[in-house]
Amino acid sequence: MLLSTLEVSKADFETGTGWQLKPEGACKGDICIPIPDSGADMVDVKSTAEAMNLPLVAAASANLWALGPESIGGKALVTAEAPELELPDVDGNLFKLSNLKGKRILVYAWAPY
Amino acid sequence: MWQNLREAYKDQNFELVTVGLDTLGAEGCRAFIEAANPGHPSLIDQHHVMADLFGVVNIPSSIWIDENGMIVRPAEAAPAPPKPDSAGVGGTNMGVPSEIPERMMQMMVEAAKIPNSQAAYHAALKDWVEKGSASEFAMSADKVIERSRPRNENSALGHAHFELASELEIRGEHDLAIQHFRQAHELVPDSWTFRRQAWSLEKVGDGPLARFWQGPNPENPDDWPYEGGWLEDIKREGAENYNEGFNP
Repeated sequence: MLLSTLEVSKADFETGTGWQLKPEGACKGDICIPIPDSGADMVDVKSTAEAMNLPLVAAASANLWALGPESIGGKALVTAEAPELELPDVDGNLFKLSNLKGKRILVYAWAPY
Repeated sequence: MWQNLREAYKDQNFELVTVGLDTLGAEGCRAFIEAANPGHPSLIDQHHVMADLFGVVNIPSSIWIDENGMIVRPAEAAPAPPKPDSAGVGGTNMGVPSEIPERMMQMMVEAAKIPNSQAAYHAALKDWVEKGSASEFAMSADKVIERSRPRNENSALGHAHFELASELEIRGEHDLAIQHFRQAHELVPDSWTFRRQAWSLEKVGDGPLARFWQGPNPENPDDWPYEGGWLEDIKREGAENYNEGFNP
């Protein structure tokens, strides 16, 4: 996830990383990682990234950072539960994959290059 | 073609969601989407969150998700559906104009060597659409995780560099973007998407093929900021390794 500050709201952190913040820590599927101050309204990205072993990279210019994904168990997926996918269509209208719950879905990734 | 498949399956509680991965965002994808005029959700993934969330490393690829929101097949190569009125295999050569540059001709030759599991993949998809979780092609949760792409601390770091590169490119900081794209390529060597995306931003010429050149401009090859290119890399790695083919 991209960051312009190292303190973000819980909701933004959850949407950006796919990890839910619960009293027991940051959770995805059956896995929970204890993090400092998991009950606070704002997330301190630096200490949280360290606790979760998420890579945090700063750009040389402006206030810009990227927080990378987890690498738990050596695999891209830590759970088979589909993550929320929230993306715009070509006109900018946001769509949530969870809107289709109850259907069988094929998510097809393509590129125009 | 995927549009036809969606029409054929949509009454069986099936939906297709297409996601275009492009740093150039809607403007990069628009012409293709408008030509297809899809009836299904068609989304734009400017920062390749599909790589972070699902482990997508190449395109086209697919993820199958069941009615309970569980992934039953992780990211894998997704061959085009068979054409309805022919027994032919997808990706066949469809009348190439003679003015195509030599590099493009060579790219097409290599592309034709990429393994195509069209028949096996689409038979499996049909089976899953009909039988759901009873389909032998729907994997258990453990198998889905095991079959998802490898990711270690280095590749996770590479994802962060890629996202930063993509944002810097959007902000017009192209030279800085290149530095982070290069790091992403080094840290995530199995991602064709990360490479193709970066190469596609170094347009050669302005025609419709500019983004597909994906390698050094013969007129000034020393200006190419990356180690490889599509043609160079596929020759080095072997077209037979471009994707893993369908593995039930």
